[in-house]
Amino acid sequence: MSDMLKVSSNPHVRSNVTTNAIMLAVVIALLPAAGFGIYNFGLHALFLMIITIVSCVLTELIYEKALKKEVTIGDFSAVVTGLLLAMNLPPMAPLWIGVVGGVFAILVVKMLFGGLGQNFMNPALGGRCFLLISFTSIMTNFDCDAYTGATPLAQLKAGTTPDILKMIIGNTSGTIGETSMIAIVIGACFLILLGVIDLKIPGTYIVTFVLFISIFGGHGFDPAFISAHLAGGGLMLGAFFMATDYVTRPITKKGQYVFGALLGILTGVFRIFGPSAEGVSYAIIIGNLLVPLIEKFTLPKAFGKGGEHV
Amino acid sequence: MARSTFVGGIHPYDGKELSKDKPIKAVLPKGDLVYPLSQHIGAPATPIVKKGDHVLQGQKIAEASGFVSAPIYATVSGTVKAIEPRRVVTSNEVMSIVIENDGLYEEVDYPKYKPYEELSKEEIVNIVKEAGVVGMGGAGFPTFIKLSPKEPDKIDYVIANCAECEPYLTSDYRRMIEEPEKLIGGLKIMLRLFDNAKGILAVEENKPDAIALLKKLTKDEPNISVKPLKTKYPQGAERAIIFATTGRAIHSSKLPADAGCIVDNVDTIVAIYHAVTEGKPLMNRIVTVTGDAIKDPRNFIVRIGTNYHELIEEAGGFKKDPVKIISGGPMMGFALFDLDVPTTKTASALLCLTKDDVSDMKPTACIKCGRCVEVCPSRLVPNKLMVASLHGDSETFRKLDGLECVECGCCSFTCPAKRPLTQSIKSMRKMELAKKKK
Repeated sequence: MSDMLKVSSNPHVRSNVTTNAIMLAVVIALLPAAGFGIYNFGLHALFLMIITIVSCVLTELIYEKALKKEVTIGDFSAVVTGLLLAMNLPPMAPLWIGVVGGVFAILVVKMLFGGLGQNFMNPALGGRCFLLISFTSIMTNFDCDAYTGATPLAQLKAGTTPDILKMIIGNTSGTIGETSMIAIVIGACFLILLGVIDLKIPGTYIVTFVLFISIFGGHGFDPAFISAHLAGGGLMLGAFFMATDYVTRPITKKGQYVFGALLGILTGVFRIFGPSAEGVSYAIIIGNLLVPLIEKFTLPKAFGKGGEHV
Repeated sequence: MARSTFVGGIHPYDGKELSKDKPIKAVLPKGDLVYPLSQHIGAPATPIVKKGDHVLQGQKIAEASGFVSAPIYATVSGTVKAIEPRRVVTSNEVMSIVIENDGLYEEVDYPKYKPYEELSKEEIVNIVKEAGVVGMGGAGFPTFIKLSPKEPDKIDYVIANCAECEPYLTSDYRRMIEEPEKLIGGLKIMLRLFDNAKGILAVEENKPDAIALLKKLTKDEPNISVKPLKTKYPQGAERAIIFATTGRAIHSSKLPADAGCIVDNVDTIVAIYHAVTEGKPLMNRIVTVTGDAIKDPRNFIVRIGTNYHELIEEAGGFKKDPVKIISGGPMMGFALFDLDVPTTKTASALLCLTKDDVSDMKPTACIKCGRCVEVCPSRLVPNKLMVASLHGDSETFRKLDGLECVECGCCSFTCPAKRPLTQSIKSMRKMELAKKKK
């Protein structure tokens, strides 16, 4: 028998699910949509993804080295941020856009607030919104070799109905990773099956959004209008991959329903009443800011005090 | 009616296959026996023997001091060698009576009682009290107190906790398979105390043979039923099992009796049976000695006071170097730094593992994934409680109902960032409870 035994407080066993594994699963789940983006828009999209991911990871590494903190790039969270950010860029955006966005996302939104788990806003979306405000013309120019002209959502806003089948498959213009509803849903199913995400937030988000645009969209309950809104823009990518970001969504069950509903309403307001066709990014980051408040009012009741059934 | 389970919980690797088919084997102690005076909740027992006294097996060596307390009996014949502080499983030193075993096992004459049907309720409760029976599932609460609620007529259910939800443990399972009549007999004695109560044997579904056997043996008992429960940890936690069997929910400031329930674990009920039908005090218990470091994992019937070293020897010793040794199960047991501790009334297992998840996995930042919230059987928010605990923030801790934590370990188990949630909440709880007592 060895001389020294390990001693610790209970429990003495741990599940084999780790943060790294979860982040890696998210990266894998994003691959169908990312791959479709490269197929749809060409190699430049791939370069943008690479440069954005590298910028994110290097920013985290340099920050931690400079401040003599523990290096955490092995947890893949910066890779997730980089990939998500790149998927939110226009396909022909210059490479430096990816660098600027990546540095902002990791340095300002994540690291300055304390690193993984402490950021109050989704870093990828924070980065995207920073770019949208700062470099509006680049970020809203979706012209590329394959497509010119307005995105399907912009067409919808202008009053024409886009080709819905193309939107579902993804053969349309838009940001690199948002166009293919099918590819995004495949990745989302993978995460749901693994238990990494569930339908509470995406489900409430989508249902609330559909209700909102049915009432306020001016088309009533028009399936063509609704499906174009669902398949168009960043809704699917946002609902399944960004609204579900652990760090920036409420941790309470009830809070997650409230959060989903809030995002549905905000997205509806921005898309229907706002000047831009898009609205998902802003809806989610505003939702992120309200998370502490939502959690405060949705704390579960303890077992024996009314919480035993939920 | 109840849905056979509770909300939350986890499914850890259960390790029961190592020892579940090994029949209970008796262990005769060779070395000294050590009886900590505090192996129950409440005031430590007071020794009534002194150094040099000769004692017989079954002789009382320490008596209860105060209402919440329990007497202790010698489990071998021999000589009192010392009354001194000895190390126990919690790593503390506790005043203990040490008896040198003379190897003769001379017994006292046990009292002969009338059949339990003819005993009065007070007599039964007194027999259980005198026998030193305490909750043997781990808590060690003196059983006679549970058996004397304020309003015995309002007890609707006596629940035999046969869940055995802790991984690796098979002691209750072997008892159910090998001596089910004692379990049922003990339950009948308990039902004698409560005129309006029904008995429920609540067993997890991972023990289908035990369920079938108990069902067969109780088919002519109108007052006793078998309730299969979903296999999930911590199904056997008192509040969880009451909810799973009756649909009633209590919180920390209520007793099971407030929900019309009395809950006792398998070995405790068998101890009641021994006390009432055979006049024998609590002297032994079943201990599962198991884990991947043990050569021959087994279930032993062990005399209280037997040194853990002897149990390891009986199980063939180690086949690999253990890295962690746990008294009890992996979820709620105590890690030992030294095997030189005695078996107490509440020791259900001795688990020897060649790998320690806790030191192998480094805690990282909380990503607020919410898995701890999902699994908490008390329906709390463990990650927020951990932050409050680390900050010593008593107000937030109480607002988040931290005192409702049952320390089951689900949050730490499930945490992908491997954070010691249970540990920090547990220590904060201790401080808060101490403040409350003042």
